[in-house]
Amino acid sequence: MILVLVEVSPAGGAVETSREAVTFARDLAAVGGGVPVDVVLVGAPDDALAGVLASYGVRRVHALTGPAYDSFSGAAWAAGLVEVRERAGSVVVMAAGTPRGNEVLAHVAARLAVPMAANVVSFGGLSPFTVTRQVVGGAVLEEMRLAERPAVFTVAGHAVPAAPADVPGAGELVVETPTVAEADLVARVVSTEEPEPDLSGALTSARVVVGAGRGAGSADGFDDLLELVELLDGSLGVSRVVTSLGWRPHHEQVGQTGSRIAPELYIPCGISGAIQHWAGCSSAKAILAINTDPDAPMVTRATHAVIGDLHEVVPAVNAEIRRRRG
Amino acid sequence: MNPLVCVKRVVDSSSEVVLTDDGQGVDGRFAGFTTSAHEEGAVELAVRIAADGGGGATVLTLGDTDAVEQLRSALAVGCSAATHVLADPQAYGPADVAREIAAVVRDHAAAGTPHDLVLLGNDAADTGDFQVGIRLAYELGWPVVNGVSTVSVADGVVTASGAGPDGHETYRVPLPAVVTVLEGGVEPRYPTVPGRMKAKKVLIEEREPVTEPVGPSRVRLVLPPPSPSTVEVLGEGAAAAPAVVDLLERLGVLAR
Ligand SMILES: Cc1cc2nc3c(=O)[nH]c(=O)nc-3n(C[C@H](O)[C@H](O)[C@H](O)COP(=O)(O)OP(=O)(O)OC[C@H]3O[C@@H](n4cnc5c(N)ncnc54)[C@H](O)[C@@H]3O)c2cc1C
Ligand SMILES: Nc1ncnc2c1ncn2[C@@H]1O[C@H](COP(=O)(O)O)[C@@H](O)[C@H]1O
Repeated sequence: MILVLVEVSPAGGAVETSREAVTFARDLAAVGGGVPVDVVLVGAPDDALAGVLASYGVRRVHALTGPAYDSFSGAAWAAGLVEVRERAGSVVVMAAGTPRGNEVLAHVAARLAVPMAANVVSFGGLSPFTVTRQVVGGAVLEEMRLAERPAVFTVAGHAVPAAPADVPGAGELVVETPTVAEADLVARVVSTEEPEPDLSGALTSARVVVGAGRGAGSADGFDDLLELVELLDGSLGVSRVVTSLGWRPHHEQVGQTGSRIAPELYIPCGISGAIQHWAGCSSAKAILAINTDPDAPMVTRATHAVIGDLHEVVPAVNAEIRRRRG
Repeated sequence: MNPLVCVKRVVDSSSEVVLTDDGQGVDGRFAGFTTSAHEEGAVELAVRIAADGGGGATVLTLGDTDAVEQLRSALAVGCSAATHVLADPQAYGPADVAREIAAVVRDHAAAGTPHDLVLLGNDAADTGDFQVGIRLAYELGWPVVNGVSTVSVADGVVTASGAGPDGHETYRVPLPAVVTVLEGGVEPRYPTVPGRMKAKKVLIEEREPVTEPVGPSRVRLVLPPPSPSTVEVLGEGAAAAPAVVDLLERLGVLAR
């Protein structure tokens, strides 16, 4: 059996990266001769969520409940996963390569004294069990052998598209109340403040992101870019150079150490496209690069480009949008 | 209060990455080196916490002889002691590194310098295992807070917070504890000239690893195939604006 940790959004749905991980698990299960896929989540799922998980081919939904799960603790979530996995004898334990997914699975791997592979993009073969994962911010791929059972790994965001199964699963709900030791609750969240409306949440869910890099020139160089953001009802994303020079706040940073975005359109202006920036924007459906340098990596890897000074191109685009709107 | 902060020497992948012939590592001969931005944040936090608590911050790395450069950099921005576990980091898996760090923590405690707080990066910029801090916590039997960007200590309790999926999350954990840091909560300081001079004079504790490494579960490294350029150039300068807006319309992103 393959066990997948599913993260539930505040609105009660399974987050996209978790649905991707379940899709990945299903492909793996098929290679393994059709072993069942079960999921573990925290809290009681509503009917809609149970229905979605069944449509993804899930056999059982193990819902971790009880006071230990009122607020997040990596160790407590891992204790629950380990208890379910021990009873069911799972040979694989997986999660999405999100902050929570990587954290909880690292706890699982440490508790079971087995290796863990983070940010896996593809599966190599069953015997030996090998996976390929992203390292060096996506500049290099590592083939890893997971010789011990369970194989523990997380799936990189957007490595596979989330897709329901051809044949739905039973999606049978199993309520679990694992015994969680006091020690596993020492490091738990004691308070959560509502996110600011325009923090990176908006950035990661925006349909259009306008990017700005060193080419913006200074902290005063963002007016036209912000106008474009407004005209497109999008979000501003910036390079690390921009945040480290203090031109814009860190929560706007896109990349390996910032947010990972997947908009319909990304418009990087004056961004060279270093691998660490690319790590955060490679999932954009279309990329329109605006850059003075036709050979910049961002330009050669984009779907569309305008060669020129962003301080000339962006105001002209803004004017054209306003003109067409009349 | 003598926090320990762990940094790793990694290739600066802003330049082109070249692999060694055996595919076991990145060829460092032509590369620049750095540490992860997360670790720079961890160093800054360690220095501030040490200053507030009237102690000193110790920086640790497990790496080859060249990794002394990363120790000196941390000393130049305010760490006051350094420990160098001399080993080839490419032969060490995350569990191996955690075991070596735990050995240093125990030995320092036995020698009269306990580190009640160990700070690490959330993930290393090269291997990106997302594990060393958590495995270290299990080695030591301490609690671990993961992926936070601000950390402070008062009355034997560490308060740490950072962005979570549902908002800004805060943890409060009694010492001793392990904390892994994400960049962005504090601005790392730049080394001053006197800082660099002082860093040169610090005697670095050099030690051998305590156990044979199990190793990473690496088969080999490969470079991803270069994606062929299929870019459509819409034009040059301001004259390209109509073509850009045509594209926006075609993609359906031009909200009315
Ligand atoms: C461990 C690590 C983690 C990192 N994490 C991140 C991360 O999360 N996100 C990130 O972005 N970076 C990250 N970096 C930094 C990254 O390597 C690059 O240094 C950074 O992305 C470069 O930013 P930039 O493109 O704005 O600047 P530059 O590389 O300097 O590029 C500026 C670009 O603007 C163009 N330009 C200049 N003037 C104009 C103009 N007037 N009009 C149009 N174009 C113009 C230039 O042709 C050039 O292409 C990380 C680095 C390391 C080592
Ligand atoms: N060789 C090493 N020496 C010192 N610290 C390390 C080493 N490897 C990893 N770390 C620390 O552990 C963190 C997480 O690394 P990883 O689990 O490999 O992604 C890094 O950000 C460092 O703080």
